[in-house]
Amino acid sequence: MARIGVFICHCGENISRTVDVVKAAEAAATFRGVVHSVEYKYMCSSPGQNLIKEAIKEKKLTGVVVAACSPKMHEPTFRRACHEAGLNPYFCEISNVREQCSWVHEDKTVGTAKTIDLIRLMVEKTRKNHELQHIKVPITKKALVIGAGIAGIQAALDIADGGQEVILVEKDPSIGGHMAQLSETVPTLDCSQCILTPKMVDASRHENITLYTWSEVIDVKGYMGNFEVTIRKNPRYVKEDVCTGCGLCYQKCPQKKIQGKFDAGVGLRRAIYVPSPQAVPNVPVIDKDHCTKLLKDRCGVCQKVCPTGAIDYEMKEEIITEKIGAIVVATGYDLIPNNFYGEYGQGKYADVIDGLQFERILSASGPTAGEIKRPSDGKIAESVVFIKCVGSRDPAKGIPYCSKICCMYAGKQAMLYKHKVHHGQAYVFYMDIRAGGKGYEEFIQKGIEEEGTTYIRGRVARIFKKGDKLIVRGMDTLSGQKIELAVDLVVLASAMIPNKGVKELYQKLSISYDTYGWVSESHPKLKPIETSVAGIYLAGACQAPKDIPDAVSQASGAASKVLALLSKDELEKEPLVATIDKNICAGCNMCVQACPYQAIELKPIKDRKGNVLRYASEVNHGLCAGCGVCVAVCPSKAPDLAGITEEQIYAEIVSLG
Amino acid sequence: MSYKLGYYPGCALEASARDYSLSLERVLKEIDVELVQIKNWHCCGASAAHSTNHKLGMALPYNNLALAQQQGLKELFAPCPFCSRMLITTNYELKNKASLPAEMKSATELDYQPDINIINSVEIFKRFWDRIQPKINKDRLKNLKVACYYGCLLVHPPKILNYDDPEQPVFMDEIVKNLGAQPVDWEFKIECCGGGFTVSNEEAVLELSNKILEDAKENGAQAIIAVCQMCQINLDMRQKEIENKYNVNYQMPIIYLPQLIGLAMGIDPKELGLNLHFVSTEKVTLLESEK
Repeated sequence: MARIGVFICHCGENISRTVDVVKAAEAAATFRGVVHSVEYKYMCSSPGQNLIKEAIKEKKLTGVVVAACSPKMHEPTFRRACHEAGLNPYFCEISNVREQCSWVHEDKTVGTAKTIDLIRLMVEKTRKNHELQHIKVPITKKALVIGAGIAGIQAALDIADGGQEVILVEKDPSIGGHMAQLSETVPTLDCSQCILTPKMVDASRHENITLYTWSEVIDVKGYMGNFEVTIRKNPRYVKEDVCTGCGLCYQKCPQKKIQGKFDAGVGLRRAIYVPSPQAVPNVPVIDKDHCTKLLKDRCGVCQKVCPTGAIDYEMKEEIITEKIGAIVVATGYDLIPNNFYGEYGQGKYADVIDGLQFERILSASGPTAGEIKRPSDGKIAESVVFIKCVGSRDPAKGIPYCSKICCMYAGKQAMLYKHKVHHGQAYVFYMDIRAGGKGYEEFIQKGIEEEGTTYIRGRVARIFKKGDKLIVRGMDTLSGQKIELAVDLVVLASAMIPNKGVKELYQKLSISYDTYGWVSESHPKLKPIETSVAGIYLAGACQAPKDIPDAVSQASGAASKVLALLSKDELEKEPLVATIDKNICAGCNMCVQACPYQAIELKPIKDRKGNVLRYASEVNHGLCAGCGVCVAVCPSKAPDLAGITEEQIYAEIVSLG
Repeated sequence: MSYKLGYYPGCALEASARDYSLSLERVLKEIDVELVQIKNWHCCGASAAHSTNHKLGMALPYNNLALAQQQGLKELFAPCPFCSRMLITTNYELKNKASLPAEMKSATELDYQPDINIINSVEIFKRFWDRIQPKINKDRLKNLKVACYYGCLLVHPPKILNYDDPEQPVFMDEIVKNLGAQPVDWEFKIECCGGGFTVSNEEAVLELSNKILEDAKENGAQAIIAVCQMCQINLDMRQKEIENKYNVNYQMPIIYLPQLIGLAMGIDPKELGLNLHFVSTEKVTLLESEK
């Protein structure tokens, strides 16, 4: 005979505001099998949990139903409490009367009636529960970090320092990401390269880190603790182990006028190149779309001049598979394309550039060696307009979110410009100034008060050319005046968007992303580092626009999660998995195709002599995530899901009359 | 074979923009396109109605569209950008605002399914280009540099009109290039001319139109090509006042696109209404007759 206890939570007033909890407790007490029914203000609190524990002991409960918030929130809490009181945790069920009832209803009568129904069906389910034990799975003690910008580098270094092996994969020829492109950083004006390069070198030299640059993750299988990852190493056409990084090849390459990614299109590189002098590894790569040797079999100069014979035009891509226990996604961001705002003429006027392009112009190692020469004619820019929120906070044409870092970098760029062109004038058009962060507001104020940056509150309506000047037409909404400024250079603080191609990668990882393509965190407040898939964590701007300190902190957070996971030898897994009855299975293969986790395989059923009689499906419980797709697709009802059996679902439906 | 095309001339083309309608009708006759007017058509409400009463602003075009549908017209050519924008917007709102069809029906007592295709003053020539091309001689306009002026209404609001690039449009430039003339790269393709303020705030119109004329001239245009009669009238009729006020000299002919097409076809300028302009069009017509 089942002896079930029902515990109804007020959730402060979140539930009790629209549910008569006393009435619900009285109703639940009358349900078949219920021997105990109470309500309490905060069931998740320590006294609340004690109510459950004491009742289990005193009333000899065989099942517990907690009517509270979503099981995503406190199911583990209440199951642990039951376990501590000696009850198998899988006899504890959550009836979600907050998200699915009190929060969506206004009328108390309706809310109460629905709560009673929700408890009734969960009591029926609990009556048919079985004892379940955790599944134990071994863990591969190796981590994968995807993306080697500052976030990926930091995560890899922290994991490696913690004593675990790390594979660091970067799709560009060098690690360093966008931070390597920047001139100086907010708010201390530290040189970006100077603080980043030592970390890049550390990452490449660390005995626990294996670096794959010019490489991409092309396939991911498996689950937390036991992923199998396939990496494609694209051909560099330069042997990494032979090259000494002398640079003769790219000094002699005759293909000189290629707009490179690292200089963001404002500088030119050769067909064989290293992205920057500080590149790690310091090994060139041949751009196969521009190299005449690879395209037309003409030239071959780099091979002739290379003193160590490192050039190999025949090099092929390499496929590497690795067994991995945990993954950190640090795939970074991009800026909206240059032709985004037609009214700003971007793409049409060489002197309307984005923030990353201006960083390259500011950078001492950039194409102008740090002189503020404008791209069209190389003239020193005597006046510059910076426009914030280009694409950001623009639901009509761009994206509705704030790109977060632009206020600070536009302020910084205006300041650095003034440091280099003392007689020049910088203007910043802004909607408002969002300078939250340590030392950030003071930095902006310094720019205004001491460096003479002119801030104009208002939007720019149009940019057009007159003679060799750009006319910036806008509005000063503080004075209510129309403004036209004739300037030499315009820098747009363009909106940040996810990197190209990341959605395909996220689909391979099976992690969720939002409508824009930013990786979704498991919980916006309490699980900001976890993705929707166990064992895969996120770091940096792949989640949302983020500045360097935030990205670095999050990377260290992700690393600590990975280290905690890899510190165990075995992983305890929820036993809520599917099992297929071989006696019923007809071997139709539908579940094998439907399973999103590749957890089902057709296996032969043999007689005593070893002859194959037929085939039947079998579930790998290590891989199974308990999603229930196989149960739904099977035409002969062979699979069943532990903890949510078909019998239980039927009992729930029947209980509603 | 004659092509019958639904036609909504709009009020301006019957009055201040006679030169526009003359040239349109003449050029379309040349390519054997017959314009079928909506019987009993009336004002579309333009900017006046929709800025005072949204329902009225929708009901006037709705009524016109319903009349056109009664007449069996499947497509409607509306040369005035005010009209074409209001007609397209009405179609759009009928499809996207659930309560509107019933409201409109009760206001006008007419049924209308929002599927009449509206053709604007640039699209029409792209549409019939295969009929136009054999009739033109590209040499006639060979040395003519023109600034294609789209104005604000032809491409805005982009979400509803969904026509060309709303900030850097190119469709008219392509047509002009195919006629043999040279479209100049200039900055004020979609800049506002001041529009209807020509009556209530003349100063604003003079200032805005002056900037347009100035930029066209600086970029080497010998003429401005317009498709909006409001733009044309502000730049043409007000040009003398602008020249006096800002002490400049433009003498810039403001030519309608169908007039330019007619010239490329070798049609007599008078038949195209080129003698009805305030600023002399000789710069363009003489260039043609010199050949």
